[in-house]
Amino acid sequence: MTTTLSPERTTAPANARRSMQFILTTGLLPALLILMCVAFAIVEPRFVEGSNLLNVARQSVFLLLIAMGQMIVLINAQLDLSVGATVALTSVVVASVTAASSGGPESVLLGLGAGLLLGVVIGLVNGCIVAFWKVPSFMATLGSTSVLTGLALIISKGAPIIGLPMIFSDALATSSVLGIPVPVLLGTVIAIGMGIFMARTVPGRNMYAVGGNRAAALVAGINVKKTVILAFVLCSVLASLAGILLTARVGSGEASLGASFVMLSIAAAVLGGTSLFGGEGVLWRVVLGVLFLGVLSNGMNLLHVSSYIQELVIGMVLIAAVAAERLKRVA
Amino acid sequence: MIAKPLVAIRNVSKKFPGVTALSDVSFEIRRGEIHALMGENGAGKSTLIKILCGVHKATTGSVALDGAEAVFDRPQDAEKGGIRTVFQELNIVPQLSVAENISLGSLPFKSGLVDRKRMLERAADALSRLGADLPLEARAGDLPRSSQQLIEIARALMGDARLLILDEPTASLGENESRQLLNIVTGLARRGVAILYVTHRMHEVEAIADRVSVLRDGRFIETLDAPMDEALIVEKMIGRPASSLYQHSRRDPGRELLVVSGLGTATLRDVSMNVRAGEVVGIAGLLGCGKSDLARACFGLHPVQDGVIELDGEQIDKPSPAGMLERGLVYYPSDRRAEGLVLGRPLFESMTMGAHRPAQIARKGFLRTQKESELAHSIAEELDLRPMQLDRASGKFSGGNQQKAVLARGRLRPAKVHLFDEPTVGIDVGAKADVYRLIDDYADAGHGVVVISSDLTEIIGISDRVYVMREGRIAAHLAGGDITEENIARSFFAAAPA
Repeated sequence: MTTTLSPERTTAPANARRSMQFILTTGLLPALLILMCVAFAIVEPRFVEGSNLLNVARQSVFLLLIAMGQMIVLINAQLDLSVGATVALTSVVVASVTAASSGGPESVLLGLGAGLLLGVVIGLVNGCIVAFWKVPSFMATLGSTSVLTGLALIISKGAPIIGLPMIFSDALATSSVLGIPVPVLLGTVIAIGMGIFMARTVPGRNMYAVGGNRAAALVAGINVKKTVILAFVLCSVLASLAGILLTARVGSGEASLGASFVMLSIAAAVLGGTSLFGGEGVLWRVVLGVLFLGVLSNGMNLLHVSSYIQELVIGMVLIAAVAAERLKRVA
Repeated sequence: MIAKPLVAIRNVSKKFPGVTALSDVSFEIRRGEIHALMGENGAGKSTLIKILCGVHKATTGSVALDGAEAVFDRPQDAEKGGIRTVFQELNIVPQLSVAENISLGSLPFKSGLVDRKRMLERAADALSRLGADLPLEARAGDLPRSSQQLIEIARALMGDARLLILDEPTASLGENESRQLLNIVTGLARRGVAILYVTHRMHEVEAIADRVSVLRDGRFIETLDAPMDEALIVEKMIGRPASSLYQHSRRDPGRELLVVSGLGTATLRDVSMNVRAGEVVGIAGLLGCGKSDLARACFGLHPVQDGVIELDGEQIDKPSPAGMLERGLVYYPSDRRAEGLVLGRPLFESMTMGAHRPAQIARKGFLRTQKESELAHSIAEELDLRPMQLDRASGKFSGGNQQKAVLARGRLRPAKVHLFDEPTVGIDVGAKADVYRLIDDYADAGHGVVVISSDLTEIIGISDRVYVMREGRIAAHLAGGDITEENIARSFFAAAPA
């Protein structure tokens, strides 16, 4: 194996540089996360109880799914503002479909199928508008946000859709496997899958190329349009899945669900080091970003911090995260 | 006559974490001379410039201006000392007018408002000192790059410039514009402005430089006086005697691999040409003549309006980059940074970009990262790419090594026709020789090679046949002994006999 000699020779300095970079960039987030957990644990011992930690995980799953999708779109140097409206429309559609069903086990599959299919369609539409009509994704998804919200309000007539079969909520919200709630299990499996997709598959790698330098990707023979469309589809499907799980949890279809996810998903992705300019972002760091926001919100709830102040704190964290990214780029 | 030198660089060293970019460099720049600075990429030219213009501080050593030690903490300090720099990347605000761009940073004011009259006068004055004629009110972004370069130079001369540093000013200019710029530079020197002229183009040094200083691996090698001996300079730069730079073996061309007939696009009119197996076809022409557009149209980057493109006997109706690569036609873009590399990502990713399937470094969509790394390394070794740290960001490699990473794409695919667009722009002599060797090897192996270049000596040195383009058409087709600088240059301007 003489051919492997040179790669090995070069990894030693590369590793040193990487660990340097690690401390410089991501090192801050895990450290902050741990610091915050310790601080909450000291001030409010209930924070470290097993049931509360599981609660953090359960509450974070929705944002996790959406933030992963947002990260994928950001890596392609695009932005998806319609994730919140996708959650809302999915909720309304899934609730309508399952409420009209027999109520047997197949209604779970029916709800899942309808929701995910809706996600595929939304992603295709967003992606095609951006890829073929060359509409900046900011405007395209701002427009589709309005369209999707409108649809959700029309279908629901502005009122919650109730009468979902019990089995739907049981299966997708309250049941556990080996003591782990189904949504948490689902989120974990999908996070691992997405991590592998971005780091170890050809389409995943192509996304970094397209977002890092679109013209170069095109000249190298990458199908840029297909790659961008795929990113939007993945993002919308993940948002729809979040919408399905959220609907199962609240037990009704609501057109008002999900609006806050737009900002939070961008915040989590950027906190996790995803570049707003494309080509940069690693999945597990985004998971940390989500956990950071989840712990922050949970801790503040335990401390009875008012939701108004929470809003303010999260906004400041987002600005700090983006500012840190800009400083990193200048340095 | 023993005059004090304008600038004396004394024992200057610059250390960055982990690397020594310059060590113990000393030489002098005289008043009113054109002093060329040469060296391979990574030799330390950019670092030295940045020290002279106050961007970097020397780790040890000093710079003396007019015999007095000068300390530049900021670029503004160097400007006050009369040292002005025009970098390769232009600082032009495209939306502003020529006059506004020239006055950028030193706009004249009258009672709080911009004094337009004085601004125009000063801009006109600066341009006339250059002997350049540009429309003062035109939007800078609408002007060709050569004019934008003049805007930068005019701006640099607004103050009391005594040393003008020009960093590869002709790198993106055509033959004609380059000649014009060289005239302007010579004129400035005659008026007493010292010029530090960084370039890779030997014929420019021969044409205008009074002296040339050579750097190699961060060390000062020697300052040579005019007249310039090209072989000697190259030897100093690469540290060994220069064998012939160009490679051109004898071959018998085979079947036609690429045939273009009556091609018309937004910029091309009725272009017909062919490339046979085992030959190197050069395409020459001035900037904007369409020589690059020809390759880009064949590769599917510009829509084809008329005509037929045939690749190895197969007619291609709607070429697309992905489709052409699959069929064995590879285009190597001229602008590496804009179209060749993902600058922020590891270099190996730019090498294997888009080639995972043909290079068999993916299975069922999953990357075979170990194999990918081995393949990237073996190609890098073959092309002598340095440093061999392929997971370093692409943007951190020198031009020559970036170019080699772009060239790797031909090694990862079943290629039979290669379209090289300005393959040696902005790369050093050593890397140039490697590129010519690669081109010659492809032709020897029976591939068809097209080289589009603004460098005439390069075209003459390596081509079996040459097409000359003018205004989107083929102006001349030369072969064998007819490929001379004179014949090509004549076709640049006048209609050649058919």
